[in-house]
Amino acid sequence: MREILDDIDRWRSDGKKVAVARVVKIEGSGPRDPGAAMAVNEDGEVAGSVSGGCVEGAVVSEALAIIGENSPGRMVTFGYSDDEAFAVGLTCGGIIRLYIEQLDW
Amino acid sequence: MSSSIYQQFTDYIRSETPVALATIIEGPGTGAKLLVARVDGIENVVGTLGHPELDRVVSRDTAGELEAGRTGVRHYGPEGQATPEDLIDTPTVVVFIESFSPAPQMWIFGAVDFTAALGRVAKVLGYRVTVCDAREIFATKRRFPMADEVMVTWPTPMFEKRGNTLGPRDAVCILTHDPKFDVPAVQGALSTSVGYIGVMGSRKTHNKRIERLAEVGVTSPEQLSRLMSPIGLDLGGRTPEETAIAICAEIIARRTGHSATSLKNTDGAIHS
Repeated sequence: MREILDDIDRWRSDGKKVAVARVVKIEGSGPRDPGAAMAVNEDGEVAGSVSGGCVEGAVVSEALAIIGENSPGRMVTFGYSDDEAFAVGLTCGGIIRLYIEQLDW
Repeated sequence: MSSSIYQQFTDYIRSETPVALATIIEGPGTGAKLLVARVDGIENVVGTLGHPELDRVVSRDTAGELEAGRTGVRHYGPEGQATPEDLIDTPTVVVFIESFSPAPQMWIFGAVDFTAALGRVAKVLGYRVTVCDAREIFATKRRFPMADEVMVTWPTPMFEKRGNTLGPRDAVCILTHDPKFDVPAVQGALSTSVGYIGVMGSRKTHNKRIERLAEVGVTSPEQLSRLMSPIGLDLGGRTPEETAIAICAEIIARRTGHSATSLKNTDGAIHS
């Protein structure tokens, strides 16, 4: 998360709402370890990453939904056990569990 | 004390203070946070997960994870229950504990062209870079703008003053290939628990250096086996930038214990 703090601070000083997604668990093969973090602001600008580009697009949609609905933080899972609806997976075949929340703390 | 947990968290990270953040990610109290920082050897706890006993147990575990530099998920009951029997009839509080240790250090001895390239690559990898040379006209911030610190000093005082801050995640790269600088730098590095010691020079220079080290009493095979000399993986590169990649790749391979051959020629899990 260290590497995205400057972007987050800049967005927040511009009065933008920000959500942060953090990798909390990887099962099987995964490109980034727990702690990998990505921030998304209300305009859809992104800092950092949580995978090798496999799930970032879906994470942006989730983060924007959380900001838009002003919802509490929630767990999101990507991988081969996904609902068909999500249809987003890691090309390396692992499962990635993320916690996405608004930065309101 | 009106600053938010996030503000305190970022202050700790920016001041390179070891800090861990515990967040409830599932179950009652989702989103609640506890921050544990280690300031002058004492744990400083901020925030609450909603129950004093849960706070007590999680801050204890978080301090342990921080000490070990680990990040991961733990399960509790809403009142801090932690044993499997206690957890049977309670909702589960899932807590993500994330440790932030200060950036690893790389000390580079010798203010040469290779130093600038190595400093740049080390910064990409997240190191805090210190360049050290006794020659004032070479060891300047202007020549090494990527360095976090440029020290005009001999190796011995540098290790005497700050060698105890080096640990297994850190690296010392000695690029001087001048025995009067190399030998004390190697001696200094061997007196620390630094994880990687690389020393630049041709095979001939390496052999001469081993002789010089013997003259000052560094002869034990265990000590000498810690030296990665000549420095770097055999990538066949020549430029300072290519050499910097060969050095950093060696540091990574030493840390992970992997073989540094092409994945094409190996099998088994890649991320293990």
